[in-house]
Amino acid sequence: MRINELKIFGGVGKDGQTEKVYEFTLKMGDVISIVGPTGSGKTTLIDDIALFADNNTPTKRRVLVNGFSAPEEFMNDPSKNPIAFITQHTNFLSDLPVEEFLGIHAKIRCSGKDLSVISETVEFANQLTGEPIDPKNAMTELSGGQTRALLIADAVIIGNSPIILLDEIENAGIDRTKALELLRRYEKIFIFVTHDPRIALLSDFRIVMRNGAMIKTVYAHDEELAVAEKIKELDDLILHLRQLIRDGERVDGVVLEERLLSFV
Amino acid sequence: MKLVICAGPPTTGKTTVLKQVTKRLINAGFNVSYVKIDVQYADEDKIFEKEFGIPAKKVYSGELCPDHCNVMVLGDAVQWAKTNRSDILLVETAGLCLRCSPYIEGSLGLVVLEATSGMNLPRKIGPMLTLADVAVVTKIDLISQAEREVFRARVMDSAADISVCETNALYGIGIDTVVKKIYSSEEIVYPLILRGNPPVGTCTVCVGKKEIGWRQHFGVVRPLEGDIFYQGE
Ligand SMILES: Nc1nc2c(ncn2[C@@H]2O[C@H](COP(=O)(O)OP(=O)(O)OP(=O)(O)O)[C@@H](O)[C@H]2O)c(=O)[nH]1
Ligand SMILES: Nc1ncnc2c1ncn2[C@@H]1O[C@H](COP(=O)(O)OP(=O)(O)O)[C@@H](O)[C@H]1O
Ligand SMILES: [Mg+2]
Ligand SMILES: [Mg+2]
Ligand SMILES: [Zn+2]
Repeated sequence: MRINELKIFGGVGKDGQTEKVYEFTLKMGDVISIVGPTGSGKTTLIDDIALFADNNTPTKRRVLVNGFSAPEEFMNDPSKNPIAFITQHTNFLSDLPVEEFLGIHAKIRCSGKDLSVISETVEFANQLTGEPIDPKNAMTELSGGQTRALLIADAVIIGNSPIILLDEIENAGIDRTKALELLRRYEKIFIFVTHDPRIALLSDFRIVMRNGAMIKTVYAHDEELAVAEKIKELDDLILHLRQLIRDGERVDGVVLEERLLSFV
Repeated sequence: MKLVICAGPPTTGKTTVLKQVTKRLINAGFNVSYVKIDVQYADEDKIFEKEFGIPAKKVYSGELCPDHCNVMVLGDAVQWAKTNRSDILLVETAGLCLRCSPYIEGSLGLVVLEATSGMNLPRKIGPMLTLADVAVVTKIDLISQAEREVFRARVMDSAADISVCETNALYGIGIDTVVKKIYSSEEIVYPLILRGNPPVGTCTVCVGKKEIGWRQHFGVVRPLEGDIFYQGE
């Protein structure tokens, strides 16, 4: 089934009051963020989306795909499900080597395609994480960051999922600059749950959560996009600093000060 | 009356699945009875009695393998459920030797597997999986979507015609599909016949003879080197 749009109808917040955001629509190519304090219901909102909620979850939200309730096969057969959900906590439990696992998944998903898709997936993942994945490693040996990176790469390349949900990837040691740049090249719907200003500012719009409810949508405007460029540089500086420390180098105070001054 | 036989390795979520199923069957107006067959400990009868107020029983198989015990007691259990005026009898059983399977012709066979059990499990449990009608895969909340797909493929490799239902049984997600399978299953007809072929011969180990070494046993035995053969009268 070809996905054209996803429509989400609001339900009720934790206090049982109707949500202020009554509905929003996502088209292919849209990148959005869900923001708000811890416990405000961000994960619950993308859970609802991942389940194609149809007035059957505590929030009473509804999700329509191309204008209709999702067909049952989306939930019954994961390879027919257009949504890939990279959760906050998922770890791999399978002790198969990475390449064997990806090979089986590739066979299920794109029967006929040649096996270069495995190395393509590992390379994609390795651009997102500081610690490269060895395809011979067992899945269970991967670190949190490697796991998240491989899940994203698998969803994009092998799963070819049209809709990808990502819950707080910034905490998993993923290179966000790289991730956004890479992901924007694909014509998909991306929904980020995030506390990261960089991801939020580079999204098409963001949904603000309070007390279990969607309280408003904020669209990116030109001023914000201009700031986003600065934030990117600041972010890159922090990443550079992190890399220096990781590599056991000393940080040159004068150089750092100069670069910091350029931001004020 | 419909008969649902639910098998699966220990702690895979059989009871959790059947509780979710029972809740839905009762809401739809059906009369349900429940039987648990286990080796030496079970408290499910109390749970079903208390939570749903339905007739519930447990049977300890003790020295017998639970699947063999199932063959012995199920005829009486069906009669018992009939006197309860039940529309549906749910039987939960802990398979043990993995050579037998508890499913019966004209009943619905459910095997409950946990998604967290490793990719090789579907290849290891034999007729418990291959002779079932529906594989209910629990604990999908604990693994990634990619692993769910691979686990599903491994199940289908071992049992090509099986229906796979994936659930987070704690929250009842995906259970409606299992309930639909129960609605569309046949009514039982006599005689009740075991679906699979039981393992060869009568096992003296199963009936409690503990001494190690094939010389101490009769029936079908085998030494370390060489084939199985028949020893005895
Ligand atoms: N996270 C998660 N836990 C589950 C799920 N299904 C069952 N559990 C948990 O798994 C444990 C075992 O579940 P039971 O339903 O008692 O398993 P069982 O197969 O009946 O076990 P025995 O009858 O003792 O062999 C319990 O702690 C359940 O709460 C699930 O879908 N997700
Ligand atoms: N609309 C709602 N109605 C009822 N409970 C909710 C609602 N939204 C969130 N919750 C509950 O609030 C708690 C925190 O939500 P969660 O989505 O985990 O927050 P976050 O991801 O923003 O930290 C959860 O226990 C969740 O079930
Ligand atoms: Mg969260
Ligand atoms: Mg049980
Ligand atoms: Zn046996």
